[in-house]
Amino acid sequence: MMKKLGLLVMTLCLCAGLWACAPHAAQGGSSTESPAAVSIQSKGSDTIVNLALAWAEAYQPNHPEVNLSVTGGGTGTGITALISGTTDIANASRQIKAVEIEEGRAKGVDPTETVIALDAIAIIINPNNPVTQLSLQQISDIYAGKIDNWLDVGGEDRPIVRLSRETNSGTHVYFLEKVLRLGDSKSTLLFDPRTLLLPSSEGITTEVRDNPNAIGYDGLGYVTPDVKVVAVSADGVSPAVFPSADTVNAGTYPISRELYVYTNGAPQGEVKKYLDWMLSPEGQAIVLSMGFVPVGE
Amino acid sequence: MDTTAPRPRKRLAIFRTADPVLTPLIKACGYSAILFVIMIFVFLWSEGFAALGEVSLKNLFSARWYPIEEYFGLLPLIGGSLLVTLGAALFAVPIGVLTAVYISEVAPRWMREVLKPVIEILGGLPSVVLGFLGILVLAPFLRKLLDLPTGLTALAGSILLGAISIPTIVSIAEDALDAVPRSYRDASLAIGATRWQTIWRVTLPAARSGVFTAIMLGIGRAIGETMTVMMVSGNAAVLPSGLRALFEPVRTMTATIAAEMGEVATGSVHYHVLFLIGIILFLISLVVNVSASLLIQRKQKRSERVLS
Repeated sequence: MMKKLGLLVMTLCLCAGLWACAPHAAQGGSSTESPAAVSIQSKGSDTIVNLALAWAEAYQPNHPEVNLSVTGGGTGTGITALISGTTDIANASRQIKAVEIEEGRAKGVDPTETVIALDAIAIIINPNNPVTQLSLQQISDIYAGKIDNWLDVGGEDRPIVRLSRETNSGTHVYFLEKVLRLGDSKSTLLFDPRTLLLPSSEGITTEVRDNPNAIGYDGLGYVTPDVKVVAVSADGVSPAVFPSADTVNAGTYPISRELYVYTNGAPQGEVKKYLDWMLSPEGQAIVLSMGFVPVGE
Repeated sequence: MDTTAPRPRKRLAIFRTADPVLTPLIKACGYSAILFVIMIFVFLWSEGFAALGEVSLKNLFSARWYPIEEYFGLLPLIGGSLLVTLGAALFAVPIGVLTAVYISEVAPRWMREVLKPVIEILGGLPSVVLGFLGILVLAPFLRKLLDLPTGLTALAGSILLGAISIPTIVSIAEDALDAVPRSYRDASLAIGATRWQTIWRVTLPAARSGVFTAIMLGIGRAIGETMTVMMVSGNAAVLPSGLRALFEPVRTMTATIAAEMGEVATGSVHYHVLFLIGIILFLISLVVNVSASLLIQRKQKRSERVLS
């Protein structure tokens, strides 16, 4: 994984170098060749890293005046780097902590937040499973091993086979905190040990498509049409909501989160141009293609 | 005559001068294997030993593996590996040995010429490919056939691992059977034994040590295999309880290392525990190999006694 990233970063740098060397006579009339390209570092969340790379790959060829480089390492790593001034953009799959803001202020860095995409997790089951909706509590009970049969949640008399991503996946951790533990940070509830940990989204989709006993979860963008998405009710009383770009943007779908980038102060110059492009229709189309939900107007 | 004579002498001279270099070089190559094994073990030890100080034994010997919350129970992983390997041996040993017997003793020459390369190609099949077959074909088939909650079980892993180790077993066992002198078979047939009696009472016992090595190498291949197992066995860290567990998902040591090593922070407790698992795998294969070679030595002595 890290090697692959390294390679990508290298390739990007190389592309940038080549573009910088190539003559750009055909570019827009006002194009004034900047003598030295501005380098923009983007670092942080592994959840966002593929999106950040896709952005960089799309942006770089048309913008020889900047040198983009993208690395992962986790949200904490990215924010630490922003505070110590070694990155221009910190990618974060969670909001910055108060401690981190204080730490930054002490060093004269003012972390400023921009929401760049939304991430929703869809609960998926086999198309032959008659269940159409679940409450967060029911999903939590299923994954904690308290509910073992589909009969208990309005389905057929079948055992429940729980599918999850591996523990190193950001989605796994998010699901643990937000769904299994219902957002209670003091909860020590764990996945039932019988939960199948599959190494890829593909593995989960394949098993759900094939097995009427299975329940799984995945990023909304990874959901294929041959599995059934379950509507989720936040508390069992409020109406169950299907995940979609609209419900996620409206905040009615309960299993979603915002993805952020942090910059030192309000973004300026080339960084601002890059962030504006991320939020443009072109940038948000990439968000959709990478399995996330675009930010609404 | 005059012109040809000095030639060989010249060559010899080259060999004589090269000899002090070549012999140690070849020797060094031979010893390097030992050196590598020691170096690998030292590396594993230096990275994994710290785990014993950082994690309590009670935690390590618990039945819960959930590393991101500091649950480092290794028992489900060790149990999972042993279960899957045992299951693989149940498939691979009989099929592998019988195939070797067929190829070496029964099959006509042309059949043999076809079968051996085909089986060796099977051995070269990438395990990821087998894993895909397992997910798409074998797991759904097993689920429907045996009416299981899910087909991603130890059994699916065992069958595919068996398929992976069969070529190893066949290839080496066949070589061993082939090496049994023709006179043994001729003598057996001459005193009126049938073909099957000859195979079971003479040829196979005579090739016993080679066949045993084949089985051990096959099992070694199975226990170290990662990709296939990770794809088809479900990776649920449940402590296996008896043979029933074959029909339930398991998590093996190799799959755990492969799935988690990529993202773990270097030097963290989790990182050290993964290396500790590596040490355990290393020790298991060491025990398998050493006990195999001890057994073979003892058997050779006995057969030598009988034959002399």
